[in-house]
Amino acid sequence: MGEALIDIKGVTHAYATEAGPLPVLDNLNISVPEGGFVAVVGPSGCGKSTLTRLIAGLMKPDTGEVWLHGERVKSPRSTVGMAFQNPVLLEWRTILKNVMLPLEIVSTPMSKREQEERARHLLELVGLKGFEDKRPSELSGGMRQRASLCRSLIHKPEVLILDEPFGALDAFTREDLWQTMHRLKAEEPFTGVLITHDLRESIFLADQVVVLSGRPATTQYVMDIPREGIPTLDDLYTPEAADRLNILRHQIEIAQGRAPAEEAAE
Amino acid sequence: MSFRKVAVPLVAMVIFLALWELLVWANGWPNYIMASPSDLPAAYSRFWELFLVMGWQTLWRTVVGLLLAIAFGVLIGMIMGFSRTMRDALYPLLVGFNAIPKATVVPIVALLFVGAHDFNTILIAFMISFFPIAVSVSIGLSTLEPEYRDILRSLGASQSTIFWKIALPKTLPEFFGALKVAVTLAFIGTNLMEIVSPHGRGLGALFDSGKTNSDYPLMFAVLIALAFLGIVLYYVVVALEKVFAGWAERQPT
Ligand SMILES: Nc1ncnc2c1ncn2[C@@H]1O[C@H](COP(=O)(O)OP(=O)(O)OP(=O)(O)O)[C@@H](O)[C@H]1O
Ligand SMILES: [Mg+2]
Repeated sequence: MGEALIDIKGVTHAYATEAGPLPVLDNLNISVPEGGFVAVVGPSGCGKSTLTRLIAGLMKPDTGEVWLHGERVKSPRSTVGMAFQNPVLLEWRTILKNVMLPLEIVSTPMSKREQEERARHLLELVGLKGFEDKRPSELSGGMRQRASLCRSLIHKPEVLILDEPFGALDAFTREDLWQTMHRLKAEEPFTGVLITHDLRESIFLADQVVVLSGRPATTQYVMDIPREGIPTLDDLYTPEAADRLNILRHQIEIAQGRAPAEEAAE
Repeated sequence: MSFRKVAVPLVAMVIFLALWELLVWANGWPNYIMASPSDLPAAYSRFWELFLVMGWQTLWRTVVGLLLAIAFGVLIGMIMGFSRTMRDALYPLLVGFNAIPKATVVPIVALLFVGAHDFNTILIAFMISFFPIAVSVSIGLSTLEPEYRDILRSLGASQSTIFWKIALPKTLPEFFGALKVAVTLAFIGTNLMEIVSPHGRGLGALFDSGKTNSDYPLMFAVLIALAFLGIVLYYVVVALEKVFAGWAERQPT
């Protein structure tokens, strides 16, 4: 494996709560090579969103280090793009202006016209052509999430962090967006971390799936997914895919404490 | 604006005046018990100059008091919205202050700054109206979902950028909701002071002089003029809301 673009080294973190410290991450190691796309799955509440906040530099870990592109992350940086389960579009802006929001914060060599062209191009890629001047309230949940993806990519981030971006969508919309993600990735090279609770989503989108243990989370299992070109939904129904899903499901059960760990060792 | 939007409230107003006239006529009330709408034109035409001068005084003092309330209310609201500790510290104080009936404060202020009539009036209008503004701004800011902050913060945006680009606009609908309440309150504050303080000015003082001279039609004419001013102020706020927070209005489906 080449130089890691995202390198999470022995990260341990605890939240201070009224009932004392709540350990959330325990000596976590993940590294993602340039252009790689890692899906992180794990039991609910195990610390996945905390992990995204640490990578984005929104918080500092108690111990351990997060490195992006050979630089230690100490504070937020403009080379990161984020999207959440909640699309958080600004209701008072049009879709186009929402997508262009990050460009008002980070400095960019693009001229105003290039910025707008890029925003329109991204919107077209995700199938939102014709909705540029609409307000978020006029869009469906899936469309808003598409716009939110465009916003996370507009400033050409090196690192894309997605925290269950499709979690609140229905199955058909979700599958549609998986394909959109592949289209985006083919055109817009980025290195990504995807948090998800959908195992099919993880093997469809990522080239590596990391299973986290229950809280405090540590790396419990890593699965590499070979990739040749853009997959189709049919690829989810092959025997190989079924095997992978079975293994992952079993790992999740272990992480949840519903299956004994010894069994997995065999 | 459609014809319907203008016609319906106008018709409602005419019906209201007709019912009022009918009520007075049917009971045979003399105008020292209850004036009727037909007494009003005479009162207005006799004192129209006074109405303009006094109306203007009431209006500008209300507006100045309200502007101060906005400035102070937004400031306090921001402090409470951004700092948990400050919210815990200030909230009980504010609630206690707001609970004091302002009618009891009016004579105190009137005595405290005798003669400074403009100042007193503005002070009361301000004191009575800043509370809803402060509360709405602080609630708007403190209930901002963390993701809204994070989309900008993850790009390295400063706190003030986040405030101007997200927190402030997102709070505007609540702010205008509070401003509609505040504008009415400020108006009440102005009038309380004008009526109570000796040698007052404004429509409140005109009302008071109507009372001392037992000029009942004049008193009712002042009431109607106050209602008119109140409506104007309220709809100015509504118009501003349309401009600055029109996006929050749900489209009829
Ligand atoms: N700011 C905070 N202060 C205290 N505890 C927190 C805070 N944020 C999260 N936690 C706790 O830390 C744990 C991990 O939270 P986190 O949001 O990272 O989990 P998650 O894996 O993303 O969960 P989910 O799958 O439900 O999204 C949870 O138990 C949560 O209650
Ligand atoms: Mg989460």
